[in-house]
Amino acid sequence: MKFSKYWIIPILLTLLACLGFPDPGCADILISQSPAASPSEITADPKILHVLNRLSFGPRPGDIQSLQSTGIDAYIQSQLQPETIPYPAKLSRELAELDTLQMRPIQLLKKPSLDRQARQMSPQQASRNARIWNRKVFEHSVEARLRKAIASPRQLEEVMVDFWFNHFNVFANRGLSSLLISTYERDAIRPYILDNFRDLLGATARHPAMLFYLDNWLNSAPNNRPRGKFRGINENYARELMELHTLGVDGGYTQDDVIALARIFTGWGITRSAEQSPDMSGFHFDANRHDFSDKIFLGHQIKGSGMDEGEKALDLLASHPMTARYISYKLAQYFVADEPPDSLVNRLTRKFRQSNGNIRDVLQLLFKSREFWNPNYYETKFKTPYQYLISAIRATDPEMTKIKAISGALKQLEMPLYGCRTPNGYQNTQEAWLNPNAILTRISMATVLARGRWFSGKPINPNHLANTLGNHFSSNTKAAIESSPVRLRAALILGSPEMMRR
Amino acid sequence: MERRTFLQLSGLGFASSLISIGMQGWVGRSLAQTNPQKRLIVVFLRGGIDGLNVVIPYRESAYYEVRPTIAIPAPGEEGGALNLDDRFGLHPALKDLMPYWKNGSLAWIHACGLPTANRSHFNAQEYIESGTPNIETTPDGWLNRLLANLPKGTPAQAVNLGGTTPRILSGQMSVANLATGRNAARSLPVDRPEINTLFDRLYNGNDPISKAYQEGREARELLQADLESEMMRANQGAPSPRGAARNMQRLAQLMKGNSQAQLAFTALGGWDTHANQGNSRGSLANNLRPLGESLATLVRELGPLYQDTVIIVMSEFGRTVKENGNRGTDHGYGNALWVLGGGIRGGKLYGEWPGLERSQLFEERDLAVTTDYRDAISSILQQHLQLQKQQISRVFPNHRLTRSLTLV
Repeated sequence: MKFSKYWIIPILLTLLACLGFPDPGCADILISQSPAASPSEITADPKILHVLNRLSFGPRPGDIQSLQSTGIDAYIQSQLQPETIPYPAKLSRELAELDTLQMRPIQLLKKPSLDRQARQMSPQQASRNARIWNRKVFEHSVEARLRKAIASPRQLEEVMVDFWFNHFNVFANRGLSSLLISTYERDAIRPYILDNFRDLLGATARHPAMLFYLDNWLNSAPNNRPRGKFRGINENYARELMELHTLGVDGGYTQDDVIALARIFTGWGITRSAEQSPDMSGFHFDANRHDFSDKIFLGHQIKGSGMDEGEKALDLLASHPMTARYISYKLAQYFVADEPPDSLVNRLTRKFRQSNGNIRDVLQLLFKSREFWNPNYYETKFKTPYQYLISAIRATDPEMTKIKAISGALKQLEMPLYGCRTPNGYQNTQEAWLNPNAILTRISMATVLARGRWFSGKPINPNHLANTLGNHFSSNTKAAIESSPVRLRAALILGSPEMMRR
Repeated sequence: MERRTFLQLSGLGFASSLISIGMQGWVGRSLAQTNPQKRLIVVFLRGGIDGLNVVIPYRESAYYEVRPTIAIPAPGEEGGALNLDDRFGLHPALKDLMPYWKNGSLAWIHACGLPTANRSHFNAQEYIESGTPNIETTPDGWLNRLLANLPKGTPAQAVNLGGTTPRILSGQMSVANLATGRNAARSLPVDRPEINTLFDRLYNGNDPISKAYQEGREARELLQADLESEMMRANQGAPSPRGAARNMQRLAQLMKGNSQAQLAFTALGGWDTHANQGNSRGSLANNLRPLGESLATLVRELGPLYQDTVIIVMSEFGRTVKENGNRGTDHGYGNALWVLGGGIRGGKLYGEWPGLERSQLFEERDLAVTTDYRDAISSILQQHLQLQKQQISRVFPNHRLTRSLTLV
């Protein structure tokens, strides 16, 4: 990066050339051009870029400068305490307009039937009304998530929401799920992203979105007065709870453990009745469907006692050494490298166990580790489509963003938001996302973004953009940018190899 | 609807993605059209399809005893199976495939699967796709190794229907991605020389991202226009088939136009029927119908090339013999593997049927496996693609063919 700081010179020369030889392509660049060469146009400290790449979805304008003045440590500490960082008024206002975000699961589920009764609709009207409601609630969920990922100053919070949502993935395009997805993220994921793993696990286990997605709402003791579809056990949740949420596939459990765990979770179900679920969460333990016999789970005797058995099983799973290892591995893979170093995974595992699964403590250790700060790992994680798009939009810092354009683009990049059908969630490795198709589509999107088509329609100023990103480009990228027409430079920056990695 | 909105907002025509073909791919295509090569298409049904409700053992009383609400009735009854060989019947939603059974180009190998049971979707898929069950360190997938070991001749190419390269195709050999969706062949900004000459300079290196870019560019230049015009001609104004069938149609056209496209892969999801899977009607039936239609579309569109093509349809595992408490089935073991092709000795069921009595089941719950899936596929590699033993042992290392099936 030796030559980086001189990179501004050709740009300035070009601007001078534009003054002399009017070119329509240069015109709007000149109009919005800021005063030349401020200190910020020097190549940024690679450490600062690394922190912004990994703890946030990439720099917005001014982020690098503000990190220079607050310091890296202070930034990390404040990101680990997101509640101390205020939301900007504009973001709060935009979120406040999404009225369904405040509602409880039962309110969301019951709204169409209450409408039907109140307005005496025909069956056709009623089903149309329900469809419109479903779509509105889902669109609000998508908009809230994307607006926060782009504009929230609590960036580590948004990064951890991405991490944990995929860990405890729920697919939104099935039955009730589209109505429940925003409450799932709000009530089961967000409150716990940096706190205790056991609380996070328990909240996902009780949320109707998870109960529905992995069929546990149907899971019933076989011999308790069978009714309708509640006729016996369903292994789906029990298996994925161990394989994907806690122990990992090599965690040492057997088919008998799967069955025992399924029996333990019989009766954990969903209700639309406020009497059965006074907190309106939609969770209801139906003792009539519970298998009260004694079980042996992972070698432990679990006395048949009702809902408490499930809580005990979750205690066992959350405190299991294999869980500590599995979660530590996944965190190290997300924040450090696709194949994280054992030394780091081992230390994180120990910290996870010592702290009883305190996620903040584990991340503290991770962000201080020599592995995290090993320069060989800088800019080596290939961004997922979500990370790529959010980082590109943050860097261009639009005043107004067309949310539907972004959610459509995520679909095209084969990573629709809330749209991962399988319970393992989206991967975050290069192997999963790098292919010819992906690169060409990203580049095509970069050209659209650079022309401001997803925003106010104003083209993106390439100099501002380069500064926002810390002028951190390889000599090859710099040469390519310098030799291209000014009006295409922003596209080149947004579609550059540097932008594909974090 | 959302896609249309997106188009308007972006003001651009790239509603879906593109085709990307490997570097050494497609140059000799006109020459090759006169020299048909053998082809293999693998369709993977992710989620574990309930094979016992695809090829139904309707003579087994145990089948009806343990599946009180989801069993498919015997042939002749209302909603009954379509009779195959007086022992087994086909799910009625797959009626589009019956002509191929009758003309002898469709077969199933029942009770087929991994050599050791694994009820995790992700592990079982991993083991089937890597081709090395129980070994987690294999870096590549068996279809990629097959590409490297095809008999010498014109350079071969593998095509993946979908944007991201699956495990089965990962490895040393470069693989083409044929994007799916309505507008996969439409033009992208990156097709414009004004744009791509600039990006060519950015991505001129040897790193993985540059290589991916270069492969993608090469592919679009060589193929996009051809595919579009071929599709126009072929359609002759007929409405396009929907979803999977449309993708199959596109794949068939690509394979017809390019003799080097010898291998192809696609995956379809939604088979993990833990609850309310239905019987002759219901959610499984609703998934089987478009599967049958799209396979029939594929065969129809392949035309004469069907004579030189084998299509394998497989899944990671079968499902429990007994229905669960929610009119669904949980993860099981043995399954039926489907084989279609002009040269297949079809109209018959292969494999040893282990039976459905409790004592005959694997761990007293699942259909046992009597044919290792690698034996089934190796037989096809040998008889259809003319692979030698040595080449097969590179596709499936550590595996000794225990039972060869005379499928072709």
